Amino acid sequence: MSARAPEPIDPDVDLHVPADRAETAGHAKWHVLGAVSAGGALGGLARYGASVLWPGSVWTTFGVNVVGCALIGVLMVLLSEHGRGHPLVRPFLGVGVLGGFTTFSTYVADVARLLEEREAVTAMAYAAGTFAGALGAVWAAAVVTRAVVARAGAAAR
Amino acid sequence: MTWLLVAVGAAVGAPLRYLTDRAVQVRHDSVFPWGTFVVNAVASLVLGLLTGALVSSGTYALLGTGLCGALSTYSTFSYETLRLAERGWKFLAVANALASLLVGLGAVFLGMDLAEGLLR
Repeated sequence: MSARAPEPIDPDVDLHVPADRAETAGHAKWHVLGAVSAGGALGGLARYGASVLWPGSVWTTFGVNVVGCALIGVLMVLLSEHGRGHPLVRPFLGVGVLGGFTTFSTYVADVARLLEEREAVTAMAYAAGTFAGALGAVWAAAVVTRAVVARAGAAAR
Repeated sequence: MTWLLVAVGAAVGAPLRYLTDRAVQVRHDSVFPWGTFVVNAVASLVLGLLTGALVSSGTYALLGTGLCGALSTYSTFSYETLRLAERGWKFLAVANALASLLVGLGAVFLGMDLAEGLLR
């Protein structure tokens, strides 16, 4: 197993990670930006699709954000444990698809609307519930993925 | 048509977040995830402006659902908060969570007030 780099703090781009820092050098920049853009469009469409299937509820945004957070937990552990794979995997899936799928702005706009409607308790519950659900999802996904990767590694030895 | 507008907006919003994140980190080397903090605050402000301006559904699909949705991110925000806590920066993790919510909310309300003030 190769010596693995420490997992970055910022999964979008962390300039402390040499490979992330080099991403925009030369022509590679257009590949990276193209992958982020294409992934973002797919992620945005998936989020919009969810809002068409389940319209008019803050729970759709809640579900989208929690699912996206679980997936980034899986992705980032796989990328840091297994080497970084193809250089466009993180830009496409992590920055683009999952970044485009999840949304912070709609989440706070929903909280703001609930506050304006004098639904303070619901607003607080939604604000805290999304944060707890998202953080729980990313944590649980990372722990489970690390355990699965470790077992697979032990079995291979 | 709405699908296309969302896709185009998101195709611009996602690389804008990536480039903003890089630009912030180049100028400001810090453990605190300022890049994500900034894009989330800016997207919340723009979404507030769009809401206050009562824009058409097509404009909202392009700029609100597409652009602001992809410019802002919850997955990166929660992953960064987890990593800060795991690495022992518990105070920064809590500060990131609270400040992101409060600044985001303030930005939405500011955007709505600005739009309503400008249009009256």
